[in-house]
Amino acid sequence: MSLMTEITIFVLAVFVGFEVISKVPTTLHTPLMSQTNAIHGIVMLGGLIVVGFANDGIEYVIGTIAIAFGAINIVGGFMVTDRMLGMFSRKPRPKADTDAKKGAG
Amino acid sequence: MIEAVLKPGGDAATALYIVAFSLFIIGIKQGTHPTTAKRGNLIAAGGMAIAVVTTLLLDGMGNWGLIVLGLGIGSAIGVIASIRVQMTEMPQMVALYNGVGGGAVALIAWSEIRHGISLGEDFPLDSLIPVIFAGIVGSVSFWGSNIAFAKLQDLIPTRPIAAPGQQVINAVLLLAIIVISVVLAVDHESPSEGLFILLLVLAAILGNLVVLPIGGADMPVVISLLNAFTGLSAAAAGFALDNVALIVAGTLVGSSGTILTLEMATAMNRSVSNILFSGFGGAPAGGGGGTGEERPHVSIGAQDAAIKLAYADSVVIVPGYGLAVAQAQHAIKEVADELEKRGVTVNYAIHPVAGRMPGHMNVLLAEADVPYENLKEMEEINPEMPRTDVAVVVGANDVTNPAAKNDPDSPIAGMPIIEVNEAQQVIVIKRSLSPGFAGIDNDLFYEPNTSMLFADAKAAASEIAAAIEDL
Repeated sequence: MSLMTEITIFVLAVFVGFEVISKVPTTLHTPLMSQTNAIHGIVMLGGLIVVGFANDGIEYVIGTIAIAFGAINIVGGFMVTDRMLGMFSRKPRPKADTDAKKGAG
Repeated sequence: MIEAVLKPGGDAATALYIVAFSLFIIGIKQGTHPTTAKRGNLIAAGGMAIAVVTTLLLDGMGNWGLIVLGLGIGSAIGVIASIRVQMTEMPQMVALYNGVGGGAVALIAWSEIRHGISLGEDFPLDSLIPVIFAGIVGSVSFWGSNIAFAKLQDLIPTRPIAAPGQQVINAVLLLAIIVISVVLAVDHESPSEGLFILLLVLAAILGNLVVLPIGGADMPVVISLLNAFTGLSAAAAGFALDNVALIVAGTLVGSSGTILTLEMATAMNRSVSNILFSGFGGAPAGGGGGTGEERPHVSIGAQDAAIKLAYADSVVIVPGYGLAVAQAQHAIKEVADELEKRGVTVNYAIHPVAGRMPGHMNVLLAEADVPYENLKEMEEINPEMPRTDVAVVVGANDVTNPAAKNDPDSPIAGMPIIEVNEAQQVIVIKRSLSPGFAGIDNDLFYEPNTSMLFADAKAAASEIAAAIEDL
């Protein structure tokens, strides 16, 4: 890919990013952040490529750490986001039995 | 082990990466509503699975033992952390995720440099420059995020820590980083690995020094900004590795972090550079007349508060970070439940900086089973205030101070506030009359229609709930 192609993709992605993310309501900003943390875990691909094609001791070590870091982002990020969003999508219970189930969760 | 089928940089791999980032965009788009957001998150995770599997299938991949080791350790930490973390600790968790994300980018940049040098060829500038950028920003984010984490976790004092001449030291460091970057780029035929490592170290020191002087109250901005940084560093790594998935995903994260940073700064009525370089936001700013003799105010007990609330038609609860500190969100929900049983309309007014990170208060209340329809944003609730019978302020302070609107000389003048003083009556649950983060007295406490309930938020809320039930 030429540098100019990459810059084109980058600039278009900036516009898409601002367009999409500015529509996310304030209420969901914390899950948005943890989700973008998870998406940032895409850098793990770089770690995979480093280790997958490495033949040098230091590259083994730093690449493996990079994979572990990326995996923390991906797995932890998506899972904690799922947990949080589960709290938002809970159906509001009928008012009568709110007391009975106090302290659940 | 796995049959390698895809050519690195080939059309098939690139096509799959395009599918992956499209799913990220669709996933975030679904995140615009609470009912679809969970599905959106799964869609984005699906995109990530495609991207990872595609990479694992690249022709020539090896060292499977190390790959499995890295994936195993990282996944195990991720699973445990995401299950164990308390919702009050989300800011720390996001700070930590920002940190490891930045750290991964810095490490990848370092190995790219090593790899490039080992080939013994001219290092093309269109990948060397992104590598340098990714290394610097990744290192700054890693160390800056670690400090932010330590502050949020109370491992180090949250008050601003600054050495004399800090600005000068930072400026010198930044200058050194720029000079070394230029030297590396000029010498692109055989860049020095040692110089690159020095660059990472200087960026690490800069990351520490920039975040250390920032106070606890400014953490929402810092976390958002570091989030934006890690996104940019990932995009830079994408340029270096010629990987579209990294470029697009990194840019999405960067846009998100940037939007949140600007939104937080606007909500605090301060510029980002002011937050980063002024060292205010934790220690009282002084002035403003916080001390001096006590001004007249009305003090009430839980019983009186219960009566005021029970005979109202509409109540707005204004929670602040103090509510989370006191773990009072469940007790407040009990008060709301008791009121709703009596037919009182209860809404929650959430200021953008009510919490330690963007949207934090909403998550804390959602955890306490407050339906998201009742969580109102500032712009939405302020016009309703004059029609509200009782506004209850719990653990919030500066964000309700009418001085922000009325007193042009106030340090918080112009800061958007929740206009509780417009409500018919106001009840403030608070331990004392002490000022908030901005270090200034809150005029709200002395308004004739304001009653102060001096107590711990959780205890007071439980008492009020019980009292309403007995009415």
